Parts: sequence; C-alpha cells; structure tokens
Amino acid sequence: MMWESWEAFWAMGGYGLYVWGSFGMTLLCVVGEVWLLRRHRLQVWQRLKRMKAWEPQ
Amino acid sequence: MNLYYYASPSTFYPLAGKLIPWFAALALILATVGLYISFFVAPTDFQQGEGYRIIFIHVPAAWMSMFIYIVMAFWSAIGLAWNTRLSFIMARALAPTGAMFTFVALWTGAFWGKPMWGAWWVWDARLTSELILFFLYVGYMALQAAIDDPRRADRAGALLNLVGVINVPIIYFSVKWWNTLHQGSSVSLTRAPSMAHIMLWGMLIMALAAWMYTIAVALVRARSLVLERERQTEWARAQLEGQP
Repeated sequence: MMWESWEAFWAMGGYGLYVWGSFGMTLLCVVGEVWLLRRHRLQVWQRLKRMKAWEPQ
Repeated sequence: MNLYYYASPSTFYPLAGKLIPWFAALALILATVGLYISFFVAPTDFQQGEGYRIIFIHVPAAWMSMFIYIVMAFWSAIGLAWNTRLSFIMARALAPTGAMFTFVALWTGAFWGKPMWGAWWVWDARLTSELILFFLYVGYMALQAAIDDPRRADRAGALLNLVGVINVPIIYFSVKWWNTLHQGSSVSLTRAPSMAHIMLWGMLIMALAAWMYTIAVALVRARSLVLERERQTEWARAQLEGQP
C-alpha cells in the first residue's frame, strides 16, 4: 500500500481539490451521458409505440 | 463478407444490440484496472507530486476528443460518397460523446493548470485549438437539431465535419508549430515514451476503457436513431413488440 492512510489518499499531497475535481467531473459526465441516453431511448420507444397504436389498422 | 449486408439498418440493429453489453463490460473492467493503476500502483511524480494523477484522465480524454472527430469525419465522407444512411447515423451517434470528452479534456486541463501553471486557462495554441474542437462538436449537434429534414441535416453535418477535421492536426502539432505553454507530447509513435512505464500503461488502459465506452454508447444512440428513421418498415415495427 503506497498511501499511509485514507486521509492521505483523499488529500492527494495537497492536490486534493484538483485531482478529485478532475475525476469527479469526469464521473459526473459519464453518469450523466448514460442517464440521458437511457432517457432518450425510452422516449423514442414510447413515441414510436404511441404512433403505431394510433395508426388505422 | 458483404459490407452492404452489415450496412443495412435491419441487420445492424440486432447485431449492435448483441454487442453493446460486451463493450460496456469491457469498458467497466478496463476502467477499474486503469483507476487502480492511477491511484494505487503509479508512484508519486518527483516534480508534480500527486497532482500529476490528473493525466490519467486528461490525456485519454484529449486523445478521444481528436479520435472521435476523425471517426466522425470518416463516416461523413463515406456517407457523402455512397449515400449510406447508417454512416450518417454513426457520425451523429458519436458527436455527443466526442463533445463530452473534449469538455473533460478542457476541464481536467484547467484543474491541472491551476496548481502547475498558476492559471485555469491561457490562450495558448493547444488550449485554443482544443476549445475550437469543442465548438465544432457543439456546432454540429446544433446544426443537426436545427434542420428538420434528416437527409438534409445529414449532408450539412457531414460537410461541417469534413471542413472541421482540419482542426485535428492543428491541435496535434500545435505544441511543435508554436511556442506553447502546454508541454510537448510524452508519448509518440517514433520514439521511446519519456515517462515511467507504469504511468504509460495506466494511460493506455484508461484510453482503451474510453474507447470501449464510446463504442457502447454510440451503438446505443445509433440504435435509437435507426429505429426512429426506419419506423415505417416492417422489421422496425416488429421490434416495438419487445422491450426497449
């Protein structure tokens, strides 16, 4: 183990704000994109299903 | 192998559906390994301390921002040359992810620049050309959203991509052509990398994870676009009987 404690790990040798600010924003972007993608997929699906249901048989 | 067979939306749709979980799983595994190396294996840098660990995100994100744009321009060129619908859809499906990685590259660059250079942002050639790349992605997406006719939107967007791709070599060579604050590349194809092997491996694995992630999300997006555009066809209507 290269870190002496969890406190040392989170502090990142004084660069904590910058390191976690970078990794945190990246995580936020990835999670956000996956969430938006899922929502888009469900919206398309529901819209197409509605359009199909309204068609004359 | 008949490429036209795979270029048909009705073949692409189920095939992509089968591939997505594999790419997603690979992305997750590679990201876990990459993050483990980034934080628990790679040693402290003798100049930059722990702050250098930002490069494990920054460099792969910057690579992806350029690669994805090149791939988009490739699909755009194929689409314009052979008028294949799926090519335009692929270009369109990649754009939001490309924009996301460009944003991450700029953001993490700022968070590295503040402690190391003392400034969040400088108008240096590398940073400015990367910012232009971000605007090219956003401009492409705005153009796609603004044109109602999908065929016209496809062609207009493809043209923008082909013009904009000139920016990619400008970003790449900016550190050589101009006297920039941004450092030169530490990894190159022609000479040995000027960094510790374990750091290089961490970066490469993170880049590979980013690739797998990009393929997975682009395929999900492409499938939704295909379904929307092919809604009148028999196979697409049959798909709607199942689960999303």
